[in-house]
Amino acid sequence: MDPRQYPDQWGRFGQFGGKYAPEVLMPALEELESHYLKLKDDPGFQAELTGYLQDFVGRPSPLYFAERMTKQCGGAKIYLKREDLNHTGAHKINNSLGQVLVARRMGKRRIIAETGAGQHGVATATAAAKFDMECVVYMGRVDMERQAPNVQRMEMLGATVVPVESGSRTLKDAINEAIRDWVTNIQGTHYVFGSVLGPHPYPRIVRDFQKLIGEETETQMLAKEGRLPDVMVACVGGGSNAMGLFWNFLTKPSVRLVGVEAGGEGIASGKHAARFEGGTLGVLHGAKSYILQTADGQIAETHSISAGLDYPSVGPEHALYRDQGRIEFTHATDEDALRAFHELCRLEGIIPALESSHAIAHAMRLAPTLGPDKIMVVNLSGRGDKDLATVMGAAAAAKTPGKQAGK
Amino acid sequence: MNRIDAAFARLKGKKQKAFIPYIAAGVPGREETVRIVLELEKLGADILELGYPFSDPMADGVVNQAAANKALELGVDANAYFAMVADIRKQSQIPLIVFSYLNPIYKYGMEAFAKRAKAAGMDGILLVDMPVEETAEFQSVCKREGLALIFLVAPTTTPERLAKVLEGSSGFLYYISRTGITGEQDTFQKDFESKVAAIKKGCNLPVVVGFGISKPEHVRTVCRLVDGVVVGSALVRRTLESKPFPAMLADISELAAPLIAPTKETWT
Repeated sequence: MDPRQYPDQWGRFGQFGGKYAPEVLMPALEELESHYLKLKDDPGFQAELTGYLQDFVGRPSPLYFAERMTKQCGGAKIYLKREDLNHTGAHKINNSLGQVLVARRMGKRRIIAETGAGQHGVATATAAAKFDMECVVYMGRVDMERQAPNVQRMEMLGATVVPVESGSRTLKDAINEAIRDWVTNIQGTHYVFGSVLGPHPYPRIVRDFQKLIGEETETQMLAKEGRLPDVMVACVGGGSNAMGLFWNFLTKPSVRLVGVEAGGEGIASGKHAARFEGGTLGVLHGAKSYILQTADGQIAETHSISAGLDYPSVGPEHALYRDQGRIEFTHATDEDALRAFHELCRLEGIIPALESSHAIAHAMRLAPTLGPDKIMVVNLSGRGDKDLATVMGAAAAAKTPGKQAGK
Repeated sequence: MNRIDAAFARLKGKKQKAFIPYIAAGVPGREETVRIVLELEKLGADILELGYPFSDPMADGVVNQAAANKALELGVDANAYFAMVADIRKQSQIPLIVFSYLNPIYKYGMEAFAKRAKAAGMDGILLVDMPVEETAEFQSVCKREGLALIFLVAPTTTPERLAKVLEGSSGFLYYISRTGITGEQDTFQKDFESKVAAIKKGCNLPVVVGFGISKPEHVRTVCRLVDGVVVGSALVRRTLESKPFPAMLADISELAAPLIAPTKETWT
């Protein structure tokens, strides 16, 4: 298997992906693809990007041995890939910076983005500020409330944050609104898609800008342990941090790859965002993938305590490797994630993002089932400062009987 | 002959242009939709686009989004939609076009949907987020069923893309008068006339223009250049905001009649 064969020239990952976009966008997608394909092999561009990743973002991010967590779980050695230590506090900056540099070379002066948890919005606002570009970020009203600190950060960085009031007022609706902006202001505007989603060439571009997470992890792991890890775990909303961590290991069959979706209030409750548990084939936001939808093909409302995982579709490349059995998927509920959040705070002195807490939750379940000779890497995709209000709210709700955590 | 082709042939003979209204099926109600269609036909509408609701209409402005939401709230699904089509067909032979997004049709099954649309008496289908590159299979299904497969082209469409779109198109070509989402506008973008003329020149199919048309002078400009005009949001707004029937029907007529009139003048 050669993961480099995907996507094909139509942007397909097997039967998934593609380029299902309104006609207005098609020429812009073609323009982006042709620029990107040139820049990807342009040593000048790559050197510029690498320079900023080192000195502005602070890469490589550490691979950290979580000793107390390992001891507590009593099984596999747990390493954390510290994407939370990047500038702006998550893996999102890897992609935002890359795409803003591409946009600059394309002569675009205006940047738009969608954001769920706000991490992609903050990262994009940061890159736009650094390169003196206008930046507009679309964010669902519900997400603006639950991730208020990130709204303030984006505004501090000079971005305009536009509240989205349609639909479920979360990430999906923010993407709809960003697409509406893009079709209206296509000339001069670049849409920085934040995950391995959307019409071709986005899933490929975002993956390419994130795959250094896995490449660094391999080098670091070989230096520390002299061998590859046995299991890798990452949370999957759209799937950019997971694809970033996994991609380099797809061809290494000894490494188990596990994606963790948002189980919300439990799969049986119907209030979740686990696309691989009950999602069916469909097309949303430009790509064919597994989608949570009704029998009539209307997009379902999803739920997760973490805004970044609260989305009804999943990256097409994940769908491909899930069907091939190369990436396993499971889920962690809101409750699991909250518990893992607190555990990591207390055991390691690290406040994780609620998104990443889903990965931590599964890692803590999995580690005790593996022997102490096994090695696990968990992608700590972001830091959790943004989530304090949600976590405190959930804690307060837990003390008040009859009140539910989350949105 | 497909009803769409017949309509354009008839209009050509009379040196008239097509007036093509768009409404959201089931808004404000199912019976009302049927009555609105019949009223528009009586006023001179030549072809009608019947919106099939999708929860996430990413190329639509607020009015059409609100209408899609309303239709979904009212339970408009495939059964309800095709029941309305059947009711229209009992009383009218106006060409009818499914206007939607890919996902609900994909979920239904592309071929099954096309068959059902044809059986119900529909004449064409337009899916906003399905570019021509993704349609090879669907094209042959539509061809077999005798359904026109209609595509949008935009001011951003390059000549190379236009050629590709034309290759896959049947019925007519729908030119979006501006980059942007659906919704009423005051004026056309400044290069509108030259772009439309260029498209018309290289096209064997009838060309119609839509997106943002809400005034008789818009209609006149379009009639001078191409074969027809689509009016959507301005009508849909009335199906959402006007007082209930019969006031709503009167409001719709009052809006549509002056927009239809220019299309029925003699255009040489």
